[in-house]
Amino acid sequence: MSKEWPLWEVFIRSQHGLAHKHVGSLHAPDGEMAINNARDVYTRRNEGIGIWVVRAADIVSSSPADKGALFEPANNKVYRHPTFFPMPEEVKNL
Amino acid sequence: MSDKATYIRRLGDNTLVLSQRLSEWCGKGPALEEDMGLTNVALDLIGQTRLWLSYAAELEGAGHTEDQLAFLRDAHQFSNLLLVEQPNGNYADTLVRQFFFDVWHYFLLTGLTQSSDARIAEIALKSIKEVTYHVRRSGDLIVRLGDGTELSHRLVQQAIDQLWMYTGEMFSSDAVDLALVQAGIAPAADTLHAQWLQHVQDILSEATLQMPAVDAWMQSGGKQGKHSEHLGYLLAEMQFLQRAYPGASW
Repeated sequence: MSKEWPLWEVFIRSQHGLAHKHVGSLHAPDGEMAINNARDVYTRRNEGIGIWVVRAADIVSSSPADKGALFEPANNKVYRHPTFFPMPEEVKNL
Repeated sequence: MSDKATYIRRLGDNTLVLSQRLSEWCGKGPALEEDMGLTNVALDLIGQTRLWLSYAAELEGAGHTEDQLAFLRDAHQFSNLLLVEQPNGNYADTLVRQFFFDVWHYFLLTGLTQSSDARIAEIALKSIKEVTYHVRRSGDLIVRLGDGTELSHRLVQQAIDQLWMYTGEMFSSDAVDLALVQAGIAPAADTLHAQWLQHVQDILSEATLQMPAVDAWMQSGGKQGKHSEHLGYLLAEMQFLQRAYPGASW
């Protein structure tokens, strides 16, 4: 076993109704201590009401090199973007 | 000085001296996360110190402020437990000292929330939220280290054996303590002792550690101002600025 504690990614929910948001990472030997450490490192100033921690090694990520293949096609098709509809003045929150 | 003022001063001196000790680890913790965890505890304790010492200063009515009580008294005027002034030693020493204190602190504050003195009950209620986390944190670390490697187990057991003789003072009652228990202001020492022993025993068993004999010989004197040689050095560092530049502020 490596002597270094594994890396964990920390997600904080700032208020009810909002999604957990990635705030950073830390090292801890297991999940319980990762939560304790996250509390100490990231939530001292009333930042949150909920914490998720995930082992960084368990996150599957897209590769930056695949950016073109994954996202370019969408950008080329302007008709996929809902930008051609004139919005009435009265509608504020759409 | 009234018994109540003396008692509250003791509470404030405990959190102040322990907070100063923990601050010595700032920037030197074994891991960044642990460094922040421990200094957060120090910050909580300094916040509680302000509540206690400002109340003590009011009760004393001598026109002192919390700052004057903290920075302008000499060692023999401090009434903290001997346990909290003990040096940081290795990390096991620091954590065992913290664990012994946190468990006592938690049950004491729980009792103080029922105090007949409304201001004390209010401060206890505010502090106990922080201390509930402290006691969970230090107990968790004791289990991890005790039931960890051969080395961590040995160091924690050594720390327990060395610090054990400083735990008796938390449950010894002098005239001040007895008067406050009588008045319904403070919880009884023997109740606290039973709760403390039970909790400490539970955690140590889980950590595969041995609890020393309950009837072992115990140190005393801190509450009455008789301290170990360690307190003077701690105060010299903590009070330097106010001693060298009286009244300095920012």
